[in-house]
Amino acid sequence: MGALLAVVGAAALAFLPFVLYKSNRIVPGEPRGLLEVLPLWQALACHATLLLAAAVALTVSNARIRLAAALAGLVAVALAAAAAGDALTPLGNKVIRISPGGAFWVLLLALGLMATDAITRLRPGPALRVLLLGLFLAAALAVLAHGTFDNLSVMREYAVNAGRFARETRQHILLALGSLGAAVLVALPLGILCHRVRRVRAGILAALNLIQTIPSIALFGILMAPLGALAAAVPLAGELGIRGIGTAPAAVALFLYSLLPIVANTVAGLTRVSPGAVEAARGMGMTHWQVLTGVELALALPVILTGIRIVLVQNIGLVAVAALIGGGGLGTFIFQGIGQTAIDLVLLGAIPTVALAFSAAVLLDALVEVMDRVRQ
Amino acid sequence: MITVQNLTKRYGSTTVVDDVSMHIERNSITVIVGTSGSGKSTLLRMMNRLVEPSSGRVLIDGRDTESEPAHLLRRRIGYAIQSHGLFPHRTVAENIATVPRLLGWDGARIRARVEELLGIFQLEPAAFAGKFPHQLSGGQQQRVGVARALAAEPAVLLMDEPFGALDPIIRTKAQDDLLDIQRRFGTTVVLVTHDIDEAFRLGDRVAVMSQGRVLQYDRPAALLTHPADALVTRMTGSADRAMKLLSLTTAGEVAQPGVSEGSPVPASASLRDVLSELVWRGETSVTVVGEDGKPRGCLTVAAILAHGRPV
Repeated sequence: MGALLAVVGAAALAFLPFVLYKSNRIVPGEPRGLLEVLPLWQALACHATLLLAAAVALTVSNARIRLAAALAGLVAVALAAAAAGDALTPLGNKVIRISPGGAFWVLLLALGLMATDAITRLRPGPALRVLLLGLFLAAALAVLAHGTFDNLSVMREYAVNAGRFARETRQHILLALGSLGAAVLVALPLGILCHRVRRVRAGILAALNLIQTIPSIALFGILMAPLGALAAAVPLAGELGIRGIGTAPAAVALFLYSLLPIVANTVAGLTRVSPGAVEAARGMGMTHWQVLTGVELALALPVILTGIRIVLVQNIGLVAVAALIGGGGLGTFIFQGIGQTAIDLVLLGAIPTVALAFSAAVLLDALVEVMDRVRQ
Repeated sequence: MITVQNLTKRYGSTTVVDDVSMHIERNSITVIVGTSGSGKSTLLRMMNRLVEPSSGRVLIDGRDTESEPAHLLRRRIGYAIQSHGLFPHRTVAENIATVPRLLGWDGARIRARVEELLGIFQLEPAAFAGKFPHQLSGGQQQRVGVARALAAEPAVLLMDEPFGALDPIIRTKAQDDLLDIQRRFGTTVVLVTHDIDEAFRLGDRVAVMSQGRVLQYDRPAALLTHPADALVTRMTGSADRAMKLLSLTTAGEVAQPGVSEGSPVPASASLRDVLSELVWRGETSVTVVGEDGKPRGCLTVAAILAHGRPV
């Protein structure tokens, strides 16, 4: 693992450009190496840090030291990219674009893998993992707010689109969480029904499975026709924002995709509840509602939360696709960027989407672990 | 205390409990014994309406159990089961507090009761109250299960194979504990088991069930000396029935005036154990002493043997 990462990083640094210089946002970039653009001492400092990280990856097995080396390498690469942006941009020029190049991305990936591998081996508890995530996000936001990367192309795109970026991010989160919330309200009772009434279980799960197999683009397309017809037939629906394109089909599709994981996990969670606990609960005089909430759902909660985690991460990714049918969200930048062959605009949508999905996964994993520890 | 009148439970065309009537005395242990599928558990579960009868009724203190909602009825009746059914996500103290909390006791009263019960069941409150069930041994889990069933001081305690999952040594201890607790609280206990030895050991009265019917409901000794039919004889085991009969009487109950050589036996020992001891020692008589250590009389092998056959 260490050797592979070191070789890949070194090869990328030697053969791929570190940054791309473009005279405007849509022309192909000209490759530039680190030594060409940075003052000699800065380039050497960056190389030295990377050499150190490679050496640690090759020779040191202590996870803490590997984590520190990987983080130092990440900081060096990020600062070098920022410095390259500053060095190549004439003061006040808003047309030139400096994009991170292949070497930057490969190094980021290699060092990121080294860091996550080290963290995995350190086995941090759930609280520590959430704390680490918080620290990382806070550091990233602080650096962005400070303007360290303002001369890099993605931040140029952000500067132009700041207002829309805030709006689309909010829309993205609302769509992902809103469809999840609606799905929980429907899927929980459905899961309980499937658990109680064996006859309907196979049918309901098969139907939800079928929905899950429809590709997202196709489902968005399928929903356009009936929702469009509904809007045309019932004026009130149209006034409420229900149309063939836009937020409505996106929300409905995400809701439908969310059902299967939550229903299936609710059934699985309820099935693993010990029959003795339920029998004792009834025998001691709990009402049906008390048995359901206080014993069955309480014991199934970790498994149900695992389903909710799957859905939330899946939804954050799918909302990006929903931009195609006018659902809004960060996917808007991605598809706009593809349309304009402006790769920086694509990144402006893609990077925050990945960050959101990653944060949601870390948060919910920690929550599941805390719950499961008490309820084994 | 508990009157069962013509109780019947049918599932479709199968009759699981068939027209059972019995009266259970206050302050006694009644054991329902039978093979699996005999309907014994169903009969027990109709007493707290976990199973609703097809016909017939159950009266507790003269009051029809149908006269109040089932969950309120169950809060007045203790219930303990084989797999103990502890809530894995709640601590020992929270498990025991289940019914008092349902009944709305105040916090101080619940805490005091939980501590008292843990003490009675030899579970040090400071060490055990905060533990989760999976941190306990099988015997400890079972004790917590019974403590939980007794938490709200129920007059009636229903137990469905409560010791079935325990190994023999711990089971004997658990049975002794139950006898102690029954004497201490005067609880009316109805216990279901498939183990005839357990039935003889615990029961003031034993009901033998087969195919949904109660074949005989009597004192344990009467089941041996006056079995209602061949099936009862077979179920109580005819090969060692003399020894079973001896095990139902204690030395103190039948000691005769006089003293004997050799070390004495306690008055609480069963005649079966005293006979075994005498065979072992190669002696023919022994002195019986009370708990205070004073002689209560003596027993001869001949006198013991006389109690091992029907009168």
